[in-house]
Amino acid sequence: MAPPTLTLLSVENLACIRGGRLLFRDLSFSVSQGEVLSIEGPNGVGKTSLLRMIAGFLPTAAGSIVLHAQRPISEPEERGKQIGWLGHQDGAKPQLTAAEVLNFFASLHGLACDVTRFLALAGLERCAELPCQYLSAGQRRRLALARLAMTGRPLWLLDEPLAALDSSGKAFATGLITSHCASGGIVLAATHEPLDIPSQRLALGAT
Amino acid sequence: MIGALLWRDMRLATRAGGSSALALAFFAAVVTLVPLGIGTDLRLLARVAAGVLWVAAVLAALLSLDRLFQADFDDGSLDLLALSPLSLETIGAVKIVAHWLTTGLPLTLLSPLLGVMFGLSGSEIEKMALSLFIGTPSVSALGAIGAALTLAIRRGGLILPLLVLPLLAPAVIFGAAAVEPAPDGMSASALLFLSAFSIAATLLSPFAAAAAVRLNLAG
Repeated sequence: MAPPTLTLLSVENLACIRGGRLLFRDLSFSVSQGEVLSIEGPNGVGKTSLLRMIAGFLPTAAGSIVLHAQRPISEPEERGKQIGWLGHQDGAKPQLTAAEVLNFFASLHGLACDVTRFLALAGLERCAELPCQYLSAGQRRRLALARLAMTGRPLWLLDEPLAALDSSGKAFATGLITSHCASGGIVLAATHEPLDIPSQRLALGAT
Repeated sequence: MIGALLWRDMRLATRAGGSSALALAFFAAVVTLVPLGIGTDLRLLARVAAGVLWVAAVLAALLSLDRLFQADFDDGSLDLLALSPLSLETIGAVKIVAHWLTTGLPLTLLSPLLGVMFGLSGSEIEKMALSLFIGTPSVSALGAIGAALTLAIRRGGLILPLLVLPLLAPAVIFGAAAVEPAPDGMSASALLFLSAFSIAATLLSPFAAAAAVRLNLAG
């Protein structure tokens, strides 16, 4: 089943309260199909919280988050099913091998795909049978990126996508983002390092 | 999709460092220790056997439960599971089943051997195994609620039994009563109560666990 095409992510008057503290309010932006939004700002300004809100993990204190497909999707659980997530942690089970992790996510998403192709894409073909506890932070990040590309969700939420990656890893990550946008996806990336891609910028905490 | 998660969780539990073998060893160790403390009076041992086996089974299962959601929470898998095509309720149910298959069921299968050590008769051993078979799903299910509630807490392993043990009192009461020789059909009705408790706990727990996971993902 092909994922539905999203045409627009629109966020209006969003407010975020964490631990009784207001992180941001009246945040409005929209990202259309094929675009990258890089979310910038100092530590603790709410970049991760914003991504977790869009993913539906955090409740919104005010405002709305709507995905526009054939029909608007605003309910958080339903929105979550459109989202490809790359968080701080890579979701790599220490006891499972890299290939097992990818195979698990492929069958969890009901995909019948060739995981060796994605392992090769990520430059992990030699670590396929290695338990993830022996992978370096950068290799686990590559694995998470391969998982993200494999699951084929239209809206990607990336938290520090370039963290721990070497230069070829960064090229792999930016390549994935570029091709995802080219095929009509939407990418939001919270990042300190500028992405080497033409993107819109959202500066949090600049007001 | 459901099968993938069930298979993964069972594999994680049974691999080196997994909870399954540890829970079994803990169960056997505790049950073996009791006769050393009580002495060699076989009639006394046979009287306490059901209670001891049940308490040990509950503790062994609970000890292996604290990582049920926490391990996935710590390495970021839980976020990914929450965004997967499965609902959190389904995920909770699958995890309960996986835990029972790797803990409750092996404990049940080991119990006849330990029953012999306590001088239980053949029919009592049968009843013992049957009551554990029927009752242990409720331990996995109610324990999953506790595991979901405490998933963000360091040292949650100590809080989990405090939360869940009171809820499991009916399982221990009816489970042990089902084994005791009672002439008036007491043990049969205890088994029915145990079945009812276990079915209700197993059916309702996935919803409670999912709600608790949602709360913690938002935390």
